[in-house]
Amino acid sequence: MEGRPATTEDIIICRDVHKWFGDFHVLRGVNMTVKRGEVVVICGPSGSGKSTFIRTINRLEEHQKGDIIVDGIELTNDIRNIHAIREEIGMVFQQFNLFPHLKVIDNITLAPIWVRKWPKDKAEKIAIELLERVGIPEQADKYPGQLSGGQQQRVAIARALAMQPKIMLFDEPTSALDPEMIKEVLDVMIELAQSGMTMIVVTHEMGFAREVANRVFFFDEGNIVEELTAEELKIAIEDPNQAKEERTRLFLSQIL
Amino acid sequence: MTTTAEKPPATEVGVLGWLKKNLFSTWYDALLTIGSLAFIYWVLRGVIEWALVKATFSTEPGICKKARAAAAAAGETAGACWSVVITNIKVFMIGRYPGEEVWRIWASLGIVAVLAALTWWVWRAEAMREKRRWVVIGWLLSFPVITILLRGFSEESRVLPLVPTDLWSGLLLTFVLAIVGIVASFPLGVLLALGRRSTLPALKVFCTMYIELIRGVPLISVLFMSQLLLPIFLPPQMRLGTVLRALVGMTLFSAAYSAENVRGGLAAIPIGQYEAAKAVGLNDVLMMALIILPQAIQKVIPAIVGQFISLFKDTSLVVIIGLLDLLGVAKAVTGQTEYIGLQKEVYLFAALIYFICSYAMSYSSRRLEVAMGVGER
Repeated sequence: MEGRPATTEDIIICRDVHKWFGDFHVLRGVNMTVKRGEVVVICGPSGSGKSTFIRTINRLEEHQKGDIIVDGIELTNDIRNIHAIREEIGMVFQQFNLFPHLKVIDNITLAPIWVRKWPKDKAEKIAIELLERVGIPEQADKYPGQLSGGQQQRVAIARALAMQPKIMLFDEPTSALDPEMIKEVLDVMIELAQSGMTMIVVTHEMGFAREVANRVFFFDEGNIVEELTAEELKIAIEDPNQAKEERTRLFLSQIL
Repeated sequence: MTTTAEKPPATEVGVLGWLKKNLFSTWYDALLTIGSLAFIYWVLRGVIEWALVKATFSTEPGICKKARAAAAAAGETAGACWSVVITNIKVFMIGRYPGEEVWRIWASLGIVAVLAALTWWVWRAEAMREKRRWVVIGWLLSFPVITILLRGFSEESRVLPLVPTDLWSGLLLTFVLAIVGIVASFPLGVLLALGRRSTLPALKVFCTMYIELIRGVPLISVLFMSQLLLPIFLPPQMRLGTVLRALVGMTLFSAAYSAENVRGGLAAIPIGQYEAAKAVGLNDVLMMALIILPQAIQKVIPAIVGQFISLFKDTSLVVIIGLLDLLGVAKAVTGQTEYIGLQKEVYLFAALIYFICSYAMSYSSRRLEVAMGVGER
């Protein structure tokens, strides 16, 4: 996992993705391609469809039109494809969604043992390594309810990494956290990004985006309004008026 | 300024403090306390006098009549006469189960006691975690073993001659009905609850209709149906005894209620738990078995145990279809001429047994809640 892989192969391809909630057109033809090892940040006003979009990538939401291809597997209604894709994608949620009836260590080892069929000792060894990586090995035998929000979110990251995914999705990972806990979670995410993980992160943390994002997408009304490269983002953060689109300028000036 | 810790005033701690805080904190509290005590004394005095002070415990024949005559002569009310309970204790416990085969019941109780002790021992220590599965297997095996032990093989068998289920009666029958009913109806209820929440329309409609239908009729009618209709549905060579048919009826009935309790628990699980389970790659079966059901059931333990207690007490309805459970035996005993006028003693004794069992279940449920609630704040 060290360093950027030399390949520029596309690991996620989304072509003309549409989704409706009843009559409401949430995603209106999103096109996005993510390369292996790339870190992509998605931001935009609430209700713009950014969370819905990343949730279509691991089929927590079903898209009704267009193609989504993850690591060469096309997302269709075929349950085998869905499971194959979910095994390659880790996801971190705004509300952590740890399993409250299981200890921290069991939260992390559950999927490796039951899905990957690893022996218990191997799963536990890797779980402890991951807890060390996210900085809380001493919490292994506690229950999620006994941890702070920041610690819970770091356990959630460890749980997702335990399946050794090729891609990590983050759905507003710091939005439910108290300000003093945001940094501890962002530090873990920055370390992960620097290790070469492919990441799609829905967040408004522009500091994080400036530090590790290769590209930033601005969403509004169910589609991408503007795409900025790392360099363009740095300029736009200094002066939001440098952004091309009016809606991006407005949004950036509000959150900065 | 001093920072030494001082003892609280004597009126705030200990027995006096407790009394003052809980019973006499204001003048109307004091009034209520004294009034309640007076009422409790007034009620209990009569009961205790009847059940203990003036009661006869001797089993000498005819002593009850003598005691009553003596009381009438003295112009007092007679006390309880417990001889009816004491002489018939075996009848209450096992009813018509053949006396020479009683060792089989003791053996079954022994198996249960050993398993219970093992369970307690193994669950106490975290280090024994690996052995838990063996205890669970032991419990599962105990069902066929005890069934064979109690029922036997055939009439010719030397080791375990057949005791037809028609002869199972008394508290034994009550326990068999309640335990088998509970153990069989709960998994069925879980399946029905899952079915009712299924996205498959046919399954959902079937489960919903089943649950609503069963919940819409009284247990007695389900018991009658199981007696009368089961023989019609089943092939003629499959003849089920009355006890088995009653068990089928009770299980089907209780399952519908368990299903609704479990469904309540399922509805309380946040959508995020489903999403997290799917996102880590669990399939639907694993998601339900490992993530959703454990949490859902934990949330509704009080309701489920309430359902079990109610099933336990409802076993007394089998009298209607001619089975002699504890209450049936009680009724039969009071019907004998030598025990005329002793209904109070017999029914009070039966009520006491029902209460002890129900309270034991209720108490274990609270312990279970505490044990399973670890990690929840």
